[in-house]
Amino acid sequence: MNRRGAVERRISMLAPRCFYKIEQIILGVNTLVKEKAVLEMKNIHKSFPGVRALQGVNFTLCEGEVHALMGENGAGKSTLIKVLTGVYGKDEGEIFLKGKDKAVAIHSPQDAQRLGISTVYQEITLCPNLSVAENMFIGRTSGLCQNWKKMNTDADRILQSLDIPAKASQQLGSCSIAVQQMIAIARAVDMECKVLILDEPTSSLDEQEVEKLFGLMRDLRARGVGIIFVTHFLDQVYEICDKITVLRDGKLVGEYEIKDLPRVQLVSKMLGKELDDMSDIKGESKHYEGSDQSAPVFEAKELVSNAGIKPFNFYIKKGEVNGFTGLLGSGRSECVRAIFGADRVLGGSVKMNGKEVRITKPLDAMKNGIAYLPEDRKVDGIVGDLSVRENIILALQVLKGFLKPFTKAEANKFAEDYIKLLGIKTASADTPIKSLSGGNQQKAILARWLLTNPEYLILDEPTRGIDIGTKIDIQKLVLKLASEGMSVTFISSETDEMLRTCSRLVVMRDRKVVGELSGEELSQSMIMSTIAGGDK
Amino acid sequence: MKKKLLAAIMAAVMVAGLTACGSAPAEEAAAPATEEAAPAEEAAPAEEEAPAEEAAPAEEAAPAEEAAPAESTGETIKVGIINNDPNESGYRTANDKDLKAMFVAENGYDASFAYSNKNDEQIAAAQKFIQDGVDYLLLSAADTAGWDSVLKDAQDAGIRVILFDRTIDADESLYEASIVSDMAKEGETAVEWLKGQGLEEYNIIHLQGVMGSAAQQGRTGALDAAVASDGWNLVTQQTAEWNAEKAQQIVQSVIDSGESFNVIYAENDDMAKGAVAALDKANIPHGVGKDVIIMGFDCNKWALEELLAQNWNYDGQCNPFQASYIDDIIKTIQGGGTVAEKTIIMDEKGFDATTITQEEVDAYGI
Amino acid sequence: MKSKETNKSSVAELFSKIVRRQIFIPIAALLLLAIFNLVTDPSFYKITFGYNSAGNPVLSGYLMTILDSGSELAILAIGMTLVTAATGGQDISVGAAIAISGSVILRVLCGTNSRPETLQAPIIVAFLAACIVAMLFGAFNGALVAYFRIQPMVATLILFTAGRSIAAWINNNELPIINEPSFGYFGGFIPGIPIPTPFFIAVVCMIIIALVLRFTNLGLYTQAVGINESSSRLNGLNPAFIKFLTFVILGLCVAVAGLIKVSRFSTINYSVIAKDIEMDAILAVALGGNALSGGKFNMAASILGAYVIQFLTTTLYKFNVQSDALPAYKAVVVIVLVVLSAPIVREWLSGVWKKIKPEGHVKEVG
Repeated sequence: MNRRGAVERRISMLAPRCFYKIEQIILGVNTLVKEKAVLEMKNIHKSFPGVRALQGVNFTLCEGEVHALMGENGAGKSTLIKVLTGVYGKDEGEIFLKGKDKAVAIHSPQDAQRLGISTVYQEITLCPNLSVAENMFIGRTSGLCQNWKKMNTDADRILQSLDIPAKASQQLGSCSIAVQQMIAIARAVDMECKVLILDEPTSSLDEQEVEKLFGLMRDLRARGVGIIFVTHFLDQVYEICDKITVLRDGKLVGEYEIKDLPRVQLVSKMLGKELDDMSDIKGESKHYEGSDQSAPVFEAKELVSNAGIKPFNFYIKKGEVNGFTGLLGSGRSECVRAIFGADRVLGGSVKMNGKEVRITKPLDAMKNGIAYLPEDRKVDGIVGDLSVRENIILALQVLKGFLKPFTKAEANKFAEDYIKLLGIKTASADTPIKSLSGGNQQKAILARWLLTNPEYLILDEPTRGIDIGTKIDIQKLVLKLASEGMSVTFISSETDEMLRTCSRLVVMRDRKVVGELSGEELSQSMIMSTIAGGDK
Repeated sequence: MKKKLLAAIMAAVMVAGLTACGSAPAEEAAAPATEEAAPAEEAAPAEEEAPAEEAAPAEEAAPAEEAAPAESTGETIKVGIINNDPNESGYRTANDKDLKAMFVAENGYDASFAYSNKNDEQIAAAQKFIQDGVDYLLLSAADTAGWDSVLKDAQDAGIRVILFDRTIDADESLYEASIVSDMAKEGETAVEWLKGQGLEEYNIIHLQGVMGSAAQQGRTGALDAAVASDGWNLVTQQTAEWNAEKAQQIVQSVIDSGESFNVIYAENDDMAKGAVAALDKANIPHGVGKDVIIMGFDCNKWALEELLAQNWNYDGQCNPFQASYIDDIIKTIQGGGTVAEKTIIMDEKGFDATTITQEEVDAYGI
Repeated sequence: MKSKETNKSSVAELFSKIVRRQIFIPIAALLLLAIFNLVTDPSFYKITFGYNSAGNPVLSGYLMTILDSGSELAILAIGMTLVTAATGGQDISVGAAIAISGSVILRVLCGTNSRPETLQAPIIVAFLAACIVAMLFGAFNGALVAYFRIQPMVATLILFTAGRSIAAWINNNELPIINEPSFGYFGGFIPGIPIPTPFFIAVVCMIIIALVLRFTNLGLYTQAVGINESSSRLNGLNPAFIKFLTFVILGLCVAVAGLIKVSRFSTINYSVIAKDIEMDAILAVALGGNALSGGKFNMAASILGAYVIQFLTTTLYKFNVQSDALPAYKAVVVIVLVVLSAPIVREWLSGVWKKIKPEGHVKEVG
């Protein structure tokens, strides 16, 4: 809409010179815009109990463009997409598709799929116990009979053409998460879609895989597919997208050409305020001041678990922030899981403040003052049906004991305090945590562990899949906690986040610790070369 | 081949399991189970080497010389007994006890037992007994159908079949005799007794057994006929499924509704007991000379004691003691004689509270 | 006018709030049944005061029957709710387990003689023995589910199949009868108190579980484990032990229900005691609006659900519906309620209500 307005304005300036021609142009532009728009959503409203998730949002997607949908968590991106794909019904508004005269009714994901709208969600929604080919063709066969052989060869052909390292007959669950994600995209792409929605598709991919995905997206764009791209990675937006639509608090902020909107402005539009917080963080000193002589708070020697990592040594001192870095699957999560006793520990020794302790299960670690925010929020973090309050008090409650439940007043106070402290957006402390947005869920889990007042806090990908504002909040919080004397291990797949927060990085490759960087060595290029090793 | 072997093992384990589950007495439970399982295991290899009839009884060292069981008075007679689960009812418990008391080594028998309330499991057990080469197969079938082929196998192997308690839908030539209760006659005896009470009006609560069972059909049929012919009033006719608690709830419901009644015709003692519990709660007098006549069946000992105390009025017998009849038949056949009648109906009595004696309670209570 | 309008909208809001509440389902079902009975026959609600045959005061009437007979189910529903919440599965062996614990009680009270003149042990000792045995069997089920990760229905199938035989075995297959009147108090009336004892026992159990849920973290832990086992583990819980614990608690409930059951008739019938009660207990949990796949639960709703089932049963008895047709009626109720409890339908219902209300208001104004 904006674009058309701009064009019209420009045309009106030309008006006196040659009126006739202009009229033709106007006509031409009109049909052009109409023809190019493959999807138009007008005045979409959607409310949930206690929340107005969307308020009069407009969204237009043209043929052959990659359109970023940006906004903080809870801004309404996911809701808009779920309305479009028929997961939620809309309260008000209309959806137009190219080639249809009237507004289309989308009541179910099947409707959306029939209309050529395919989606790849952030969380894998395929069946891990079926084969790759079955996952790609499930629910799409016309008759009762299935030609298994043909299905497998078809699947292999598609996988090959997209350069996805998987076999059609392989069980999906045996593929890495990244490959599963790509298979989900392959499935969507193969469905002859006109509109492809990618909801955080890159959050579990490493750089090469992201590149591969982008290649795929460019290919699709050339073929005229309209792609809606939801992501938190600003770099990726500027690398691949043509347009950006920004939402905030369920309302449309605006639609912009990518070249018209510098990053800083994008971020400030998303947050709704001018932002110099980013530079703040960079300015803050990340150098660890503690003396080298002080004994470590936590120390592990030759620790090894059943998750397939090689024995490793590790320590952290009081007030230090350090991190594990490495490519996806290099074993960084497995290391911290071993520290917390989340995986079965097979060997090694652990010292807490110089005293030998036995940590065989999470409760042991918790009793020793260790807290662990797990990588997979949905599977290992939240207890979905329980309220925000219950989720926040859970760990402390377990530490306190079976026979000593908190009174309702105590629990409420804890929950309200942390909801305020961390700015968790929720209708009330009674709301089931699963109805919160990802970032707010993450904050609640963080609150859970902060409530236990740990000596040593492990954060595994605390910023994954959450909005930029919360990301910065969390990084700031980590530094603040460290300055108050807490030791923090911080893991993130965004290296610049780690460089900003950590004073020491343990580098991993192939499930083995391959190096340690600190002080002057802490730089993007050093990390890269350490990860790559000597042979690159 | 593998499958067959597996099936054989499964069958053996199942039969062993059945016997183990069924043989209830506490101290003996473990021991007989293993003992009974033992011959089963040994019989299998034996069968491969020699024809079935020659397979020696596992416990006896002396091999059976004759294939046919004729005039082998000095030998033990091997019987396989297939019965319903003794826990099913007091009747079945008494029945099983009676059989267990009769078919022992002192009486010249070597008996193996298999229990199940399921027809297919019973058939599997029968096949097993045929393989073991028993001389007699005693059968109380769970279901009337499906027995033809297995009984034919038995006949071919020279095994005599005697049915007890329950009949089956099979050709009479497949078995030697069938010793049964006549449920319809039990019902008629009871209804005759009730007629003889000469009440001014008959308002009856009729508690039926599990619908479709032979006992239910026989006992219900007689009452239904009398209701039709004599104009008796059925206040309610409900199945309580042999269950005391259901019976109590049904009678309670009638009491709560305020309808009046003066007869409770329960098709077994448990249900009569449940009915009486409901009456007691509502303080409705019952028994001899009281407001409500209580009728039960099966002659449990405790029920007959209620009769003796005049709390109940009538109890119809359903004779579980078939062992002596069976023993007679086996003796006749072993002696070379023939059984005159295929179907033998047992003597069954009905007891009246006004005439019952302690001796009768001791003799007929189960 | 305006105040009326806000009044209306707040009523609508309240209604939609109520509709969303979990306990709405059993309450709605109860109201439906209550209104049905009120319309067809108001005497359903009549409660009369009288004396039973032992001369003790009793209250009787359909409502008392419901409170009396629904109590075992309510007690079982407590344990079943916890098991369901923690494991996402159900224990189908509770009926058989009741037979076992009942049998244990009688065995301890009778000693070796199945018809003792006096009790061989205090009732409390017998009950404690039953508690221990039932908890052991619960532990057996729990261990299979929690540590061997067998599906609950499959794991408890073992005891479901074998339980009644074990119960019979405990008493040497005999049917013990207790003559001591005080043993009958638990399933009947305590002299001088006109309200059935089972209801008191159920209330005590409810109070205990309410206190346990209030003063321990049982509720939080079972729900957390049922919703997200992996996350619970990372929060320091031991999911396997919590699952195990819920089965042991269910075992305790079984022992209490077993005491009431055997006390009702002072005897036991192994094959029919508490028959099919497991299905009713599961139905009670579902009727309470609890997801059978585990997770969040509402204990009060489950208990209410149990009494609703008994309400339905009693209503059907009152209308002389054949008792073997009861399961079919229960099935209909299950279908209706499961559909009603689906979030989609409830959302739709509250939506419809909102739509109806303003229209009604307009009409009033017009």
